[in-house]
Amino acid sequence: MTTKWFGERVQRVEDDRLLRGHGRFTDDIDDGALESCLVRSPYAHARITSIDVAAARALPGVVAVYVAADLPFGNIDLPILIPHPNLTHGRTQRCLASEVVRYAGEAVAFVVAESRNIAEDAADVVRVDYEPLPVVITPEAGAAAKHLVHDDVPGNVAAQMLQEVGDVDRAMAAAPHRKKLHFRFERGAACPMEGRAVWARWSESERKLTVYDSTQSPTSIRGGLSVLFGLPESNVEVIAPDVGGGFGPKIMLFYPDELLVPFAAMQLGRPVKWTEDRQEHFTAVNQERGQVHEVEVGFDEMGRLLALSDDFIHDAGAYTPYGIILPIITAAQVPGPYRVPNYRVQFRAVYTNATPTSPYRGAGRPHACFAMERTLDSIAKEVGIDRAEIRRRNFIQPDQFPYHLGVAWQDGNSVVYDSGNYPALLEKALAMLGPRPAGDHIGMGLGVYVEGTGVGPYEGAHVQVLVSGKVVAATGIPSQGQAHATVFAQVVADELGVEVADVEVTGGDTRRFPWGVGTFASRGAVTAGNAMAVSARMVADKAKLIAGEQLEVDPADLELVGGRVRVKGSPDRGISLAAIAVLANPVRYAFGGGTEAATQFASKRRPGPPLADGEQPGLEAIGYYSPPGSTWASGCHAAYVRVDPMTFRLEVLKYVVVHDCGRLINPFVVEGQIEGGVAQGIGGAFYERLAYDAEGQLRNASFMEYLIPYSTEVPEIEIGHIETPSPLNPLGVKGAGEAGVIPVGAVIGSAIEDALGVPITEMPLSPLKLFELSRPQPGRV
Amino acid sequence: MKPPRFEYHAPSTVEEACELLGSLEDAKVLAGGQSLIPLLNFRLAQPAHLVDINRLPGLDAIYERDGGVAVQALARQAAVEDSEVAAHVCPLLTAAVRLVAHRVIRNRGTVCGSIAHADPASELPAVLLALGGHVIGRSARGDRIIDAGDLFKGVFETALAADELLVEAWFPASSGAFAIVEESRRHGDFALAGAVRASGRLALFGVAPTPVLADPANPGRGLQPSGDLEATPEFRLHLVRVLTERVFAA
Amino acid sequence: MKVNGSLHAPPLDPRRLLSDHLRHDLGLTGTHVGCEHGVCGCCTVLLDGEPVRSCLMLAVQAEGHEVSTVEGLAAAGAPLHPVQQAFHECQGLQCGFCTPGFLMSVVGLLAQHPDPTPEQVEEAIAGNLCRCTGYASIRRAVHRAAELSGK
Repeated sequence: MTTKWFGERVQRVEDDRLLRGHGRFTDDIDDGALESCLVRSPYAHARITSIDVAAARALPGVVAVYVAADLPFGNIDLPILIPHPNLTHGRTQRCLASEVVRYAGEAVAFVVAESRNIAEDAADVVRVDYEPLPVVITPEAGAAAKHLVHDDVPGNVAAQMLQEVGDVDRAMAAAPHRKKLHFRFERGAACPMEGRAVWARWSESERKLTVYDSTQSPTSIRGGLSVLFGLPESNVEVIAPDVGGGFGPKIMLFYPDELLVPFAAMQLGRPVKWTEDRQEHFTAVNQERGQVHEVEVGFDEMGRLLALSDDFIHDAGAYTPYGIILPIITAAQVPGPYRVPNYRVQFRAVYTNATPTSPYRGAGRPHACFAMERTLDSIAKEVGIDRAEIRRRNFIQPDQFPYHLGVAWQDGNSVVYDSGNYPALLEKALAMLGPRPAGDHIGMGLGVYVEGTGVGPYEGAHVQVLVSGKVVAATGIPSQGQAHATVFAQVVADELGVEVADVEVTGGDTRRFPWGVGTFASRGAVTAGNAMAVSARMVADKAKLIAGEQLEVDPADLELVGGRVRVKGSPDRGISLAAIAVLANPVRYAFGGGTEAATQFASKRRPGPPLADGEQPGLEAIGYYSPPGSTWASGCHAAYVRVDPMTFRLEVLKYVVVHDCGRLINPFVVEGQIEGGVAQGIGGAFYERLAYDAEGQLRNASFMEYLIPYSTEVPEIEIGHIETPSPLNPLGVKGAGEAGVIPVGAVIGSAIEDALGVPITEMPLSPLKLFELSRPQPGRV
Repeated sequence: MKPPRFEYHAPSTVEEACELLGSLEDAKVLAGGQSLIPLLNFRLAQPAHLVDINRLPGLDAIYERDGGVAVQALARQAAVEDSEVAAHVCPLLTAAVRLVAHRVIRNRGTVCGSIAHADPASELPAVLLALGGHVIGRSARGDRIIDAGDLFKGVFETALAADELLVEAWFPASSGAFAIVEESRRHGDFALAGAVRASGRLALFGVAPTPVLADPANPGRGLQPSGDLEATPEFRLHLVRVLTERVFAA
Repeated sequence: MKVNGSLHAPPLDPRRLLSDHLRHDLGLTGTHVGCEHGVCGCCTVLLDGEPVRSCLMLAVQAEGHEVSTVEGLAAAGAPLHPVQQAFHECQGLQCGFCTPGFLMSVVGLLAQHPDPTPEQVEEAIAGNLCRCTGYASIRRAVHRAAELSGK
């Protein structure tokens, strides 16, 4: 393979239609669809005593109103997506609640009407009587278990897990210095600019269900719907069209609407759609980030880590539909890029009366990174060394890979870092950061992280050269803005020796590629990218075989260049891919040049049947890539900030990122991912906090009060790259999607502590929090 | 998040508008809509009638009057922001209007609408108060001048009667030193606290149910700000002191 | 009302928002809806040349006015509008959902300030949320758009 495209700053091929307003997002699809609306619980915890939908059903324009009893699947618990032996008390909600609601926003009834306005009018007159129950809202309250979220879950504990590497108690006791630290994280929300949406149509004559869903995993949605409705998978088509940002919560399934909309479409014989509004997005879409950590660390005079233990509570929310991936990731990611000779981590995932949690960009890692980085800053202060120096003294060194951490990873294996160069990240970031600007109340922050990316189990791809010579490629995973169509085209174009413009990539459409897992865990480039390479290579081999027959040359002496297969060293001797595509299909009556060479009367007709044993028609292939383990990306962020000591307004003066995601397919695209990730990190560090009150009401369920940064809040970000290829996959790539967000809280926290001299142990911060931390407080030393 | 049902009225004269306001039960005036329509979309406001004044002719002037600048009901905030008359006569108004949300909102939002809406955290009511301006309320009963000091009655509450349309706000010239500073979470957000100085006068916003005049030497005296997610009463009082210092240092 | 140069009758239902009318009655789905309370800016269109939130207007209010949406920036098959081209070159978009709102805000800006200062750029896009790009590339794109428009 030549690498004409791999590594180039190729401009995005998906932009044109998006810029012209010709994107196709789920709510853009109408086709006479009925519209719908969910009635949601206003209570965080309550017993439903009655539901009366008569007035709603009677409203002109209302087509149907469903409650649990109206659903054939109304009395089954929705699935746990990723069961785990330690999830001893996993609980999921039902599609529509009929007995107890456990978070404000839980769905109770479903209204289908001629318009969304009418559906909302009807929802307003659905009468549900509730008997309020005691509310459990913080992770601490969940763990204290004064009240239970589920009657049959003692202590509110959904899962607990303890892992130990080495002997922490002995090492801690022997350590010259010890420290205890407490860290706390509140919830945040992903808030993609497009909310969730589902559109469905049932064709009775074809017995075919077609669903458009703004999901990160259409293949899994297809699988679930096929089971639920008793249809063969081939009768269910699920398409994630253009998706307006995902960032995690759209990988969660099934949300109730993902079952209700197809069900109603089948019942009513008309297309039905549901488009979430922003208000319900805040309570009905999964959230993340609530954790409380108790860290103890032992270290020597040089600041070298000897033992570390972290005991944390994870706020699972009201249900555990996604299993316990989040705390498992946190537990695995606390040590980060550092040698921790003795490490113990334990967690309890506890139920609370808040929206369920599942991964949001970073997925358990920002907490882990914050805990470790703040611990190191604290040790540096105590030992009296520079914050960069403490990291230098503890880094895993470049010659120590593969590095076995010894704790469990989200893919079921044990964590093994495949490659990296952490000292180089740090030194490069420090060089880019430069000297501290002059002025008062300026602080420097630093954060280094690793990120397990590219988890399995697998992805696949279909690559086909058309008789026009153009190439189509498809994979199961959808894009939510990550430029899959560009980077996958680069991979395919290199393998086939064509231009990027000649490759058209489709993702997330089960009609084009029915198998796969989804877009999450920074895995697209690793899994689907390598599957593209595998499939394209199979096509290239097939093209060489056919061309070899035609040219009477050993396929090993052929190469794919400029849309042709040609003889190495004799570039004039060759045959176009378009012609090979014709030859690959022993057929008659075809359009396209070179058809005469593919018929039974062709001069070079070979002996035997036109399609030999094991051969398949078409210049195409389907290949899969299944990673042996995760690829571990890494990076270092550093910043200078200024904090107004009176108003506590934050100004980020300089922000640098050095990033290592292995071999870069497209630096332009990776930089976009990082810039966007850092912006979300800044939001999560200083602006975005889901504020639940004691009754479990989310008090800032709007963009007016949940403060996503505007341009005015996000600084310029300088980015540097280091490339340590992953030895685990053919392309040598690692994931990059989530990296930008992971260390930002640690960096901003570190910088604010440096600027104001107050200890920062929680996320997110705000002027109010800094005001309170800065005031002399009774009892604080 | 779709508006509830309402009856829509689009009068073509001010008289007609006043008549509608006088005769309809539970009517709301729709001017720029930048505050009212979000409330409709959230269904937090469910008025029976909307009286859309956007088609009233000759009601969008910004002009010099009585040594100040008069802004009529349909003058958009962006027009005031760009107005040379306003910049010349009352540069404090120009500075203040730039702090109102974002340009896209100001393209539609009106100065008079902001005043009539009387959000306690809003800049323009505080500017009117600091300058000692007034508004003109029009009804079938005639015109009435209401001084800024008498206008703001509570959170989202003014002295305007249900049948009265705020047709003009008058801002005296900002002669002498002036400044407006506010502390908001993001650029363009409502202020956690804000201070307006017009020569020796100080008005505060975001710290009481209405904008209030305060003593520059002791701006927090008598204030009992409420607390919310972004600011406790103590933080607001702290900000009042800091912002007052800053407007008088500016 | 005129939309991208063509005359259309306003909807019968006065509570139809302009954003919904454009999207679902006229099929102009390039205008997106991200919050319906005027904060995100995805639904920004030009009303008589000025950027406004289409989710904060009733469609009936647009009668007698000229509305321009993203679909009107470049004719089918024609090259991209300079602002669109600049967003492409600078990667001022990822998922593309907020993009039409940004484009219309920037078109409005450049009509008023063909050679905007960084402060004017910041102010013009300060009312639009983007969750993907982190904005730096959008700021670059606006300056690039001014450059391309000036050519």
